[in-house]
Amino acid sequence: MWTPCFGERDVHPLESDLTIQHNGAPIGERTVVTGRIVDGDGRAVRRQLVEIWQANASGRYIHKRDQHPAPIDPNFTGVGRCLTDDDGYYHFTTIKPGPYPWKNHHNAWRPAHIHFSLFGTEFTQRMITQMYFPGDPLSGLDPILQSITDQKARDRLVASYDHDLTTHEWATGYRWDIVLTGSARTPIENPDSGGEHR
Amino acid sequence: MSTMLTATPGETIGPFFGYALPFDRGNELVPPGSPGAIQLHGVVTDGHGKPVPDALLEIWQADADGVTPKATGSLRRDAWTFTGWGRASTDDEGRYIFSTVLPGATQPDSAPFIMVAVFARGLLNRLFTRAYLPGEQLSGDPLLNSLPAERRHTMVADRDGHGLRFDIKLQGADETVFLRYPGHRP
Repeated sequence: MWTPCFGERDVHPLESDLTIQHNGAPIGERTVVTGRIVDGDGRAVRRQLVEIWQANASGRYIHKRDQHPAPIDPNFTGVGRCLTDDDGYYHFTTIKPGPYPWKNHHNAWRPAHIHFSLFGTEFTQRMITQMYFPGDPLSGLDPILQSITDQKARDRLVASYDHDLTTHEWATGYRWDIVLTGSARTPIENPDSGGEHR
Repeated sequence: MSTMLTATPGETIGPFFGYALPFDRGNELVPPGSPGAIQLHGVVTDGHGKPVPDALLEIWQADADGVTPKATGSLRRDAWTFTGWGRASTDDEGRYIFSTVLPGATQPDSAPFIMVAVFARGLLNRLFTRAYLPGEQLSGDPLLNSLPAERRHTMVADRDGHGLRFDIKLQGADETVFLRYPGHRP
């Protein structure tokens, strides 16, 4: 089933800039994250909602259950939204998140990551995932990233540094492209045929 | 058919989405108490039967006439536009509630259902299922008929005084049937 349930009225363009949501500038490395979202046939996923959330530069989430004793940044919430453009591109300006400790095992630290929530043109393409930064020494130690057992699949969650996106005296740039499942046009995606149960 | 590109893997929603994804009236596809409004509600439980207090559910459905909505405005509810999509968090007792309408059949004689996606900290990736409306059309539904008879009921909601009750069991005995679509990783 087609899911065009979001549009211009739902998302203000400024919601894609996480560095301007408060009175002052947040602490940390200003970073642009952008990329293209396509479906399984390589077609652009146009005008669909992308939501992100993340820790601040010191690895602290605003969430009340996060008790990590790193400072909250009063100028950074860590939540953003945008719609993809007509070519399927999303674009966020944010602060590079820090790694943060969790209680999964002794001395467990999550690599720096940004949570992404994604919609396709069909509800069955709905996905939530995490984007990682290249060269992070914590990636190989992270049970969440390593729960994906295929190295090639894990690599699909790692952004690449793009110096052409980096802007002079302003922000570093990372590129991360996303492939959603399936296609809106293939017969096997016909909702009437249902899915396979697991 | 062309070869499909390999999809980007999904990952867990984690514990900290609560300040990011829920939004005002996200679970109100129609205003509660409006004509035709029903509750779709239930409890999400884990493999030990314990409630899951930090799950996120999303639904997608046809309107009461069986028409697939094409309206935008899901994030900024105006109380008049039916967009067919909603989002609800579970509470400390694992309960969720949507205010919506009973979906109509999208084709004559087909069984009406509400599509459901489940996200939770304990899940590596999201899960899809369907909440079918109880009724006689169910016997002709190809998806339900493809399931072992003893598991079909896990995808069928119960009528109650508020509307529809649909409990979701993530694991264990009587686990809800979850669906995998083309291109989804096993």
